[in-house]
Amino acid sequence: MKKLERARWRCRRGLLELDIVLQRFMDEYYAKLDEAELGQFETLLDLPDNDLWDMITLKETGNGNLQPVLRLLQKV
Amino acid sequence: MKSYGIYELNYAICEFKHEISVAIVRRKFDAVIVGAGGAGMRAALQLSEAGLKVAVLSKVFPTRSHTVAAQGGIAAALGNVTEDNWHWHMYDTVKGSDYLGDQDAIEFMCRQASEVVYELEHYGMPFDRLENGKIYQRPFGGQSQNFGGAQATRSCAAADRTGHAMLHTLYQRNVQANTQFFVEWMALDLIRDEEGDVCGVTALDIETGEVMALQARATLFATGGGARIFSASTNAFINTGDGLAMSARAGVPLEDMEFWQFHPTGVYGVGVLISEAVRGEGGYLLNKDGERFMERYAPNAKDLASRDVVSRALTTELKEGRGCGRDADYLLLKLDHLGADVIKTRLPGIREIAIKFAHADPIHDPIPVVPTAHYMMGGIPTNFYGQVVAPYKTGPEEVVQGFYAVGECACVSVHGGNRLGTNSLLDILVFGRAAGNRMIEDLKKNRHHKHLPADASDKALARLSRLNDQKDGESVAQVGDLLRKTMQTHCGVFRFPDMLKQGVEKIGEVAERAMRTEIKDKSRVFNTARVEALELENLVEVAVATMVSAEARTESRGAHARDDFPNRDDDRWLKHTLYFREGQRLDYKPVRLKPLTVESFPPKARTY
Repeated sequence: MKKLERARWRCRRGLLELDIVLQRFMDEYYAKLDEAELGQFETLLDLPDNDLWDMITLKETGNGNLQPVLRLLQKV
Repeated sequence: MKSYGIYELNYAICEFKHEISVAIVRRKFDAVIVGAGGAGMRAALQLSEAGLKVAVLSKVFPTRSHTVAAQGGIAAALGNVTEDNWHWHMYDTVKGSDYLGDQDAIEFMCRQASEVVYELEHYGMPFDRLENGKIYQRPFGGQSQNFGGAQATRSCAAADRTGHAMLHTLYQRNVQANTQFFVEWMALDLIRDEEGDVCGVTALDIETGEVMALQARATLFATGGGARIFSASTNAFINTGDGLAMSARAGVPLEDMEFWQFHPTGVYGVGVLISEAVRGEGGYLLNKDGERFMERYAPNAKDLASRDVVSRALTTELKEGRGCGRDADYLLLKLDHLGADVIKTRLPGIREIAIKFAHADPIHDPIPVVPTAHYMMGGIPTNFYGQVVAPYKTGPEEVVQGFYAVGECACVSVHGGNRLGTNSLLDILVFGRAAGNRMIEDLKKNRHHKHLPADASDKALARLSRLNDQKDGESVAQVGDLLRKTMQTHCGVFRFPDMLKQGVEKIGEVAERAMRTEIKDKSRVFNTARVEALELENLVEVAVATMVSAEARTESRGAHARDDFPNRDDDRWLKHTLYFREGQRLDYKPVRLKPLTVESFPPKARTY
């Protein structure tokens, strides 16, 4: 229930950089994600702010399973 | 005891006004802390390790608090790299504050700096190290040896991730100490009894939509700043000044709200910070004519002058029509002359931010920047024990029993009119611990919970009820945008008398519109629209307090720069502002010029 709202709230971060990127992602891609991708996105949201930001800015390649959603986050 | 949801409560408000308060679920703790950033978690640790039952409320998971964004480090005169002592640090802080800082609190903070840093090291904080194993320290702006002499080396850091490392260290330690975290909870209002003593908070569980009264013998606010009142802000979205607004609504004054630090280089349009490191490496600012304009404003320091000086220079360039772009509303930060190698090796994070948010690769193109709201020096007035103080009966600084505040939401006041970099992480550690210790002492005396008044949560419930019932109301997003634009235009880096006067009126209109917001989603579970509407009400309180306080202060000091009063005026304005929400009344109290043990630093001209 209220999956979208929950995801939106968990996009509230300590780093403004992430707030902005995740908000753009929610607006552009969230509604189009399939079940597997939703799972990937949730895994990414559970990461600490700096780790997630490093993955988005390509400094860390991270877990290969997360690549599809990560590539979208890198695009926005 | 039965728990009522918001729907039922609305009904109950209409039908059984007197039964509502008893209908709300109450939970009892020794202490309730609102906010799980560095300040809240440092205080919580002190209390939990003393065996007290502590609840910490946070809108987001604790390690996602805004402390995570702090990069610079923690100031402490350890003297590991160059000779240093706390007294020099104290001088720098008093001078940096433009003499508005309270010198007793500043002495207290600087004397305890080494101890709180070593304590954090002991908790497992991964500080950078020197070859001899001691904590590595680096120089930072505003740090001097010998009372204004050579550059000091005072900042203790964990790479450029100091805030992140601190939050994780404190969180782990709190988990071990059995601190109880209420994650995704939003505090709504302070509970005060008829004597004015604080007995806890009313709070909303975002997950279930349930409203609860959290009763405590001691209540601490550590809710962080509120720079989301400005359109151009480096603050994360969570920074909506909730603690300040709750205090103001409960009749507690807000201190020195006109003092906001603007960082000179936020990315145009988004606010993300471009660190001073860029200018430290040799980057510089240009106007639309390609002129390196800082040479005119600060012939010696140029682009490396202090934050307030550079921010004012940018604003003047914009105002005089030398901004870039179609609307002439930004300036350019040029780096390409540094070469691709330097940019890639020393400023990789900055390059990523520029590409991502400005679509400019600084290897080839300059970064569009504007002065951006960064930190609030003002806040809930406290003494250096973290106790909230206000003028009520006899004196200007009477303790509000049961109420404490620390960190950016508090005004103790160690930053006065202008904060120095690396002093904010120190502030939250020193006063987080001090408040924890004071609460432990106070709780030994107050062994029993005070009786919760029958109407404890009525005001919070009435606000929720109003929001739920509103018809033909305003959009939260639109009113929020208007609020931010009004603050940016009327109360930004430079303040003009006519703009401030209009600003007070306009922000009053925004406040009225914010009282008529309507949300489409009325459901209970995870209603983020409701949370955002409540956050807007909090932003309004912070914005009005800022505008009214700024309009009244007819001098320029620290970050408060008036066009019509360009100089500091110690004869009339060496005093703290106190803003009371009721009637938007202002009062003032003296600056505490007398330190604890050393001689006072008398005000003199602040030059760098």
